Amino acid sequence: MEKNNSKVYWKENIKYLFILLTVWFLVSFGGGILFKDFLNEFKFGGFKLGFWFAQQGSMYVFVILIFIYVKLMNKLDKKYGYDK
Amino acid sequence: MDMINSIFLVDSIGVQNWTYILVGITFSLYIGIAVWARAGSTKEFYVAGGGVSPLANGMATAADWMSAASFISMAGIISFAGYDGAVYLMGWTGGYVLLALLLAPYLRKFGKFTVPDFIGDRYYSNTARLVGVICALLVSFTYVAGQMRGVGLVFSRFLEVDINTGVVIGMLIVLFYAVLGGMKGITYTQVAQYCVLIFAFMVPAIFISIQMTGNPIPQLGFGSELVDGSGTFLLDKLDGLSTDLGFAEYTQGSKSLVDIFAITLALMVGTAGLPHVIVRFFTVKRVKDARKSAGIALLLIVILYSTAPAVAAFARTNMIETLSNKSYATVPEWFKKWETTGLITFVDKNNDGLIQYVADNNKNELVVDNDIMVLANPEIAELPNWVIALVAAGALAAALSTAAGLLLVISASVSHDLIKKIINPKISEKNELIAARFSAVVAVCVAGYFGINPPGFVAATVALAFGLAAASFFPAIILGIFYKRMNKEGAIAGMIVGIVVMLYYMLKYKLGWFDEVTPDKSEWWFGISPEGFGSVAMLLNFIVSITIMKFTPLPPQDVQEIVEKIRIPSGAGKATH
Repeated sequence: MEKNNSKVYWKENIKYLFILLTVWFLVSFGGGILFKDFLNEFKFGGFKLGFWFAQQGSMYVFVILIFIYVKLMNKLDKKYGYDK
Repeated sequence: MDMINSIFLVDSIGVQNWTYILVGITFSLYIGIAVWARAGSTKEFYVAGGGVSPLANGMATAADWMSAASFISMAGIISFAGYDGAVYLMGWTGGYVLLALLLAPYLRKFGKFTVPDFIGDRYYSNTARLVGVICALLVSFTYVAGQMRGVGLVFSRFLEVDINTGVVIGMLIVLFYAVLGGMKGITYTQVAQYCVLIFAFMVPAIFISIQMTGNPIPQLGFGSELVDGSGTFLLDKLDGLSTDLGFAEYTQGSKSLVDIFAITLALMVGTAGLPHVIVRFFTVKRVKDARKSAGIALLLIVILYSTAPAVAAFARTNMIETLSNKSYATVPEWFKKWETTGLITFVDKNNDGLIQYVADNNKNELVVDNDIMVLANPEIAELPNWVIALVAAGALAAALSTAAGLLLVISASVSHDLIKKIINPKISEKNELIAARFSAVVAVCVAGYFGINPPGFVAATVALAFGLAAASFFPAIILGIFYKRMNKEGAIAGMIVGIVVMLYYMLKYKLGWFDEVTPDKSEWWFGISPEGFGSVAMLLNFIVSITIMKFTPLPPQDVQEIVEKIRIPSGAGKATH
């Protein structure tokens, strides 16, 4: 039971990591680098969008990602009784 | 503007006196904290007793992280590189996502004192531990040399002492609180240093943002219209100014896509693999605290990092408008002052008395060092003297806090990993603490030596530190946590191949050791610069580790059980030997 529990917990953890790191990749390497020229066609105030992702947006998303991770994991810990 | 005027009233004190006052106050503060937070045990010396709150640890991590390079050089580099500067912004912040999600919680659960500790135990081998120690020392020494140089630079410019005297003063201060307080002293001085450096960075940025765009938030300011009533966006204006002078468009940059990608990745994984950053997460109480403090640390870092590109754009616009095609005879006073430091040089090639600042090297007459953009920015924008002095205090806080964190890694690698774990396991705690303090003293002296006699180009050595961390620790730790079957043969081979290839590439293509002249960028492998090569070396480490693992025995059962335990957050005991 104990062993099984830890396996399921780890699987869910990996699923979270996969989703969060996909977003991490998309905003920085995607928005800020690979699709920068396309995004630069759009403007956001005085910012070209690709430039904004590279020098501002991706950093804000990084911070949000970590706090989402903290929330998700605290919930997951509780669900499996690992919060003690 | 009333506020700004009233601030100018107290300005008769002068920049230098203001600098003495502010630097004096902040240094006394650091020393006071160090005396209060003396370390009494090895546990306090290595991991501050393991009871640091997530907020305090987040602040300390942020100060530990933001070095002289972040504070002094980064905005300047972005200023000249435009869009390309994003590699530093994304690279040095994106690494924290990796750190928070893939490393910090598990390493905290593991519950040891140092990174080589993890490598040695997880890979059940003192050879692995020794490779870990060598990597930690290589990374930390290359990094710390740049910090001491930064301290010397700030002292020499603002207090008009010799650069070497500046390095020595910096050494004495760090020596005092790192040796006395260990991690405990360092943690609480770093909390204070974060407050000083962030205040010092934000105040001039806010002033300049208001001056140029009327928006007090620099992050929004540099996407706003200029206050000159033209209705032009600042960035559009800057794009125009840049192309007029023959430079690439500011928002476009000039590096290749492949290189931008590689550098960003190398800096991200390098950040996540730096021992002085990782070890900060050993100081909190629980696994959940490690996750949370990584989030707080990044938030506090991003406050500065999101401001830096704004400062870069303001400073670049200001500089071009103040100097381009202006008569040399009438340049502002700060120009002459910085000329004496050699950080600005002007050669009137066509003898017309005007400053030609253009992309074409044959016609360009003005060379401005990156570092000036932050250090001289308040003067260029004609801000009050106390703001200029504040920048000096902030730069010192940034350099000292990072240097102290690195010195701790060095001393722990020697006294704990080398002496206690490999050479003399029977050493008493008291003697280990003495050894730790003694190695900190030696490390400060070596760092000071490199600060006075910098090895080549300091920026190159910092890039090297990231490359080495990416090529060695990052894959070894990730595989150690996420791949239960990874064994010592694979990990050791991977780390060695990673470092050797990284060192070779850096020495060949950055420092030109193996050829008459440093090879041209057309010879780079896959078009990747030495700065970005850490990502290739990292991949190579992964490939070698996994291949060797396939042909060698599985790790013993008890090690596989350790890995199972690391993955479960509950029951994280206190950090132990």
